[in-house]
Amino acid sequence: MVRLVVDNRQIETEEGATVLQACLDNGIYIPNLCYLKEMDSPPGSCRLCLVEVDGYNQPITSCTIKVKEGMIVKTNTEHVRRLQRTAFELLLSVHHVDCRRCPANRSCELQRIAKYLHLGVKLKRFEQLERRVKIVQDHPCLEYVPSRCVLCGRCIFMCQRENGQAMLSFARRGLDTVISFFGEGDKARATCGQCYACVEACPVAALLIRNAHSQ
Amino acid sequence: MDHTRETEEEALLNDIASMLAAFEKERANLIPILQMIQERHHYLSASALQMVAKHLGVSGCEVYGVATFYNQFRFYPPGKHRIRVCLGTACHLRGGDIILENFERKLGIKEAETTADREFSIDRVACVGCCALAPVAIIDDTVHGHMAPSKVEGLILGFEIEKQREKRGKQHGESKQ
Ligand code: SF4
Ligand code: FES
Ligand code: FES
Repeated sequence: MVRLVVDNRQIETEEGATVLQACLDNGIYIPNLCYLKEMDSPPGSCRLCLVEVDGYNQPITSCTIKVKEGMIVKTNTEHVRRLQRTAFELLLSVHHVDCRRCPANRSCELQRIAKYLHLGVKLKRFEQLERRVKIVQDHPCLEYVPSRCVLCGRCIFMCQRENGQAMLSFARRGLDTVISFFGEGDKARATCGQCYACVEACPVAALLIRNAHSQ
Repeated sequence: MDHTRETEEEALLNDIASMLAAFEKERANLIPILQMIQERHHYLSASALQMVAKHLGVSGCEVYGVATFYNQFRFYPPGKHRIRVCLGTACHLRGGDIILENFERKLGIKEAETTADREFSIDRVACVGCCALAPVAIIDDTVHGHMAPSKVEGLILGFEIEKQREKRGKQHGESKQ
């Protein structure tokens, strides 16, 4: 067991755990979007899980550092909050906010994080960019809504994990980046539609089971 | 027409298959393979991507994901007339994006796409070396400097008239025989 101090509280966790996981396991919430505890090497792409750790002169993503005995962690400093807010505001600036008509309403990670950071979901600091990307909805059992997707990559990870080979992946780049099912051909059609691990992993209802909801 | 396209696709796949043999089945070969196909056939068709995926033992969507990340790959066969709109710094400043938009709207396709009849394709390029003429569009081998949105219509019309004339010429030739 490893002991560390988080926000002046001593917690215990297994060796090899990430700081983020240790905190979550001990009831200390840190905003996070792109992390899943099953990941061996989290992508660290959402930049929401920042914390300050004694010995580092900059806030650091808690999903990518491992716990160490005697570590001193702060999750709520002004510096951390400022970075988290900016990261979150940037994410929302390309997110189609329409909570009332969204199936994730109330279970959405973005709503949870907004509340935690004392922010609304209609933000004004950055210009709102509508991601008007054209996609072909050709998947036999999944539906994808790019304007909601935060590109966390959790769905890809889970698919890879469940099936050995991911049947969805990032495509294109920049503002046009989407999750794509290209080549869902015959072989995949047989396997897909059985685990729905991707749908489960999605923090925002950008991936849905086809027909299981009304648009 | 459809029939010739089918055989065309078949020939393309056969060619790729024979070339693939030279590449070891390693993931690291993915981009070199895509480049080889692009170079030989000027675009990556859906079935070509599938073929590559199979060869390397990765999923089709992974190949697609990598290919769509790079600007150097096209996913549609080039049109008979290739329209290239310059969006280099100078042309961009002089409204190259508006020129591009006008071509896109006129032809009903986006950049890097080809019209269904394969007559036209649009690409964007970055500086063709004659910035003084900005904004510039290159159609086939002709450089059109000082482009204006109002010129787009006329240029396309020119090709259409030429095509009709050709057709009529052919019919004429046939009726003579
Ligand atoms: S579809 Fe959902 S899980 Fe997948 S990248 Fe987008 S937000 Fe993340
Ligand atoms: S959860 Fe750590 S960067 Fe996204
Ligand atoms: S920028 Fe267009 S020709 Fe140089």
